[in-house]
Amino acid sequence: MTFIFHAVCIILIMAAVTALIRFLPFFLFDKGSEPPAWVKYLGSVLPPAVMSMLLVYCIRFVNLTSGNHGIPEISCIITAVLLHLWKRNTLLSIAVSTILYMILVQGIFA
Amino acid sequence: MKNAFRQAFPQTIPVLTGYLSLGIAFGILLQSAGYGPLWAFGMSLLIYAGSAQFLCVELLAAGAALSHVALLTFLLNFRHFFYGLSMITRYRNTGRRKWYLIFGLTDETYALLTATKVPEGVDKKDFYTAVTFMNHCYWILGSVTGAAVGSFLPFDTTGIDFSMTALFAVLVVEQWKAHSDHLPAMLGFGITILSLMIFGADNFLIPALLVLSTILLCLRKNSDNPGKEDVLQ
Repeated sequence: MTFIFHAVCIILIMAAVTALIRFLPFFLFDKGSEPPAWVKYLGSVLPPAVMSMLLVYCIRFVNLTSGNHGIPEISCIITAVLLHLWKRNTLLSIAVSTILYMILVQGIFA
Repeated sequence: MKNAFRQAFPQTIPVLTGYLSLGIAFGILLQSAGYGPLWAFGMSLLIYAGSAQFLCVELLAAGAALSHVALLTFLLNFRHFFYGLSMITRYRNTGRRKWYLIFGLTDETYALLTATKVPEGVDKKDFYTAVTFMNHCYWILGSVTGAAVGSFLPFDTTGIDFSMTALFAVLVVEQWKAHSDHLPAMLGFGITILSLMIFGADNFLIPALLVLSTILLCLRKNSDNPGKEDVLQ
């Protein structure tokens, strides 16, 4: 029972801290008629920067010097990007590159 | 509102596939640690943060101290602070729903809302709510499914989590096309990779975010339109 109680506490703490981080910028800056100019500026330049960051985050464990040298990851990201530039169909880009990746890691680079 | 859901649904399909596959992966992991579908439901409903929930499985298994849980969650999810900063203008005038919109501001919801125009004839507030709510449902559905039936899947799902990587690759392209200034995107790559090489895979995100925000704010002084409205309102 204490085991379950502790598990529930872990989940509630994680939920509370996550929510706090998400609400904090609104508590701090979402008042008055207009948010500060620098906040609006960040709002326009951060999304492209963060998207690049998260793409790197997704492949943070890829090792270029050993194993499969990140060939499945890099080739499938290139596939997704090229396919998306060509067709601009999000689902198609994701489906094709993911299936290709599964084939590569299960078969060729297994 | 019904129209908003209909218009928003196609936009959320990439998150649907990404969240279902990643949610199932999370559910399988959670179940293998001894926690069933009800736990998956509660975690995905209340925490609603993918990478943190994966970490949470380890913390549950280790019976980690609560202070440790709080600190790790803070470090892992601190990036969401910056998402909120850049959503303040967009979330203006959304009334009481703002509480839910802020709660549900995950990586993917943020990415989707900043990269997508509100469709013609749909109220901004309704569109944001529809996207946030549907994404939340996908995540819950995926994780509960994973915890319930994941281990009985008839095919090898190894590598299916790449759909998340593919989603971000697609969103990088979308952001690239939406902005005429590509410096933020390139700085995002450069600084993150540098930070990864310096701090390693477990600690690079916070330094990267801090340096990135600082450099972007410094560049603002040289920008011809500091504090301009968002391109995609």
